[in-house]
Amino acid sequence: MNTGVIELKSASRWYGNVVAVNDITMTIGPGVTGLLGPNGAGKTTVLHMMAGFLAPSQGEVTLDGRPTWRNPEIYRHLGLVTERENVHGFLTGWDFVLASARLHRLRDPEAAARRALHIVEMTEAANRRISTYSKGMRQRTRVAAALVHDPRVLLLDEPFNGMDPRQRLHMMELLHTMAREGRTILFSSHILEEVEQLSGTVQVIVAGRLAASGDYRRIRRLMTNRPHVFTIHSSDDRRLATALIRLESVSGVSLGQGGLQVQANDYGSFTRALTKTARQEQIRLRQVLPADESLESVFSYLVAANDGAALPNPVQPAPASRPTPSPQPVSGGAR
Amino acid sequence: MRLNTTIMRITMRSMLSRKRALLLIPMPLLLIVLTVLCANSSSIATAEWVEVLIGDLGVAVVLPLTALIIGTSVLGSEIEDGTITHILAKPLPRSEIVLSKLVVAFVLTMVTAAVPLGITGAIAGSNSFAVALLVGCTVAALAYSAFFVALSLLTRRPLLVGLIYVLLWESTLSALFKGIRNLSIQQYAISITDRIDNSDLLISDLSVTVAVVMSVVFTVVGTLVASDRLRSFNLTGEAA
Repeated sequence: MNTGVIELKSASRWYGNVVAVNDITMTIGPGVTGLLGPNGAGKTTVLHMMAGFLAPSQGEVTLDGRPTWRNPEIYRHLGLVTERENVHGFLTGWDFVLASARLHRLRDPEAAARRALHIVEMTEAANRRISTYSKGMRQRTRVAAALVHDPRVLLLDEPFNGMDPRQRLHMMELLHTMAREGRTILFSSHILEEVEQLSGTVQVIVAGRLAASGDYRRIRRLMTNRPHVFTIHSSDDRRLATALIRLESVSGVSLGQGGLQVQANDYGSFTRALTKTARQEQIRLRQVLPADESLESVFSYLVAANDGAALPNPVQPAPASRPTPSPQPVSGGAR
Repeated sequence: MRLNTTIMRITMRSMLSRKRALLLIPMPLLLIVLTVLCANSSSIATAEWVEVLIGDLGVAVVLPLTALIIGTSVLGSEIEDGTITHILAKPLPRSEIVLSKLVVAFVLTMVTAAVPLGITGAIAGSNSFAVALLVGCTVAALAYSAFFVALSLLTRRPLLVGLIYVLLWESTLSALFKGIRNLSIQQYAISITDRIDNSDLLISDLSVTVAVVMSVVFTVVGTLVASDRLRSFNLTGEAA
């Protein structure tokens, strides 16, 4: 039965001595799932294995129980938008999407192409050459080509790159709609806020390993155990420090040569209170830098926290023959 | 195995829109101009200039280099710029993709090399020589195309490997060692031309049976190898 379930079973991928993906076991079902991780973590490698464009060096990658590698039949149910802008610039948007419909041997390729272009709001510009499109327009045209055969599974690698805020919002709505229809949508991103806005389930990959998996909010709750650290430069750091320490969202302040270091318990309420306080004190903020915002540092905390924390339904990586021992991923619960 | 007209149309447009396509025009043009000049010159014997101009330049250089540029581009350049994923992410048999690309490579090589060589044949001697040359070069164009399309999937440097085959294997080594001619597509073109035309303007000691059989082998094996390689096509990830 075709339900659009992608499974990785102890899947690893290495290039020579470099392990890009290390013993990952995950199941992606209907709904929106974010594949999250810092740049170079192995997200693209995982997506390419899922899309049948990379053979796992070890383990299995399947779509509805059938291997994705060397199996072009999977593309009847799968749409792929790669990160690289791989589009023939001499074609018009219409030509490109229509060609996709024809290559899928759809019964009415023109109607399918029209529908797909309408979904991504590219109907008006469809007769222009792709070489004249902005990055966001190209991206939407590529999404249209991936949607033209109405796939059950859609894989998108960094789909919001180059899109303006309105286009992002529209794309997010589109992905939500498709998910509500029971489709499996997996998108990769290294931007936490994008994943947060799309909600759903996340799979977090750090250094080729599955570091966390499950409901985003529960993982996020774990992250808040660790205070957010900001480095601030202002017109009067000392006076600002005095004002900030009075805030409930601030747990610590230190003043050094590198500027003012603030530990905040809550990211959102602190950033709102900071601007308000600075305005009240008539202090000019010159620079506000989140000092530990990188996903890698947050995830390494999550992995370390996993040793002591009692977490629901932890994912159990397969014990057999791993290239290198990997820590257990944090699970944010069942989806 | 079937052909895919959508792939063929996109490939043809892609090939003609690339700057590399401009490289294909001067070579056959120069060949025809030189042939006209030699044909109108009384100081050189026809047999002499035909061997140098049509044999050593046309069949040994223009035809394989044209086939090399085209054959390695129809798939190779799409692999290079990533546009190949557009076609590969479709439920199409990989043999259908390869065959469609091969037909485009063959037609373009025919038009830009085999036909101009046929024209030089007509200028040089008789219609029979022109037809023989056209047939010989057409067969070779097909074998070269299949070989170079397969090369573009077997190595990351198909142009370099192809040049080594054309310049070192076919032109140098096959002149020194007779056995190597059995694996030289250039020799198949000359052998078939020599067999069809009796004017002895181009002579080969390779049997025509070997030439035809080996041309088929190059074409079939090239297509099968390319199809199999395309089935295992790897999109290199960030750690590549």
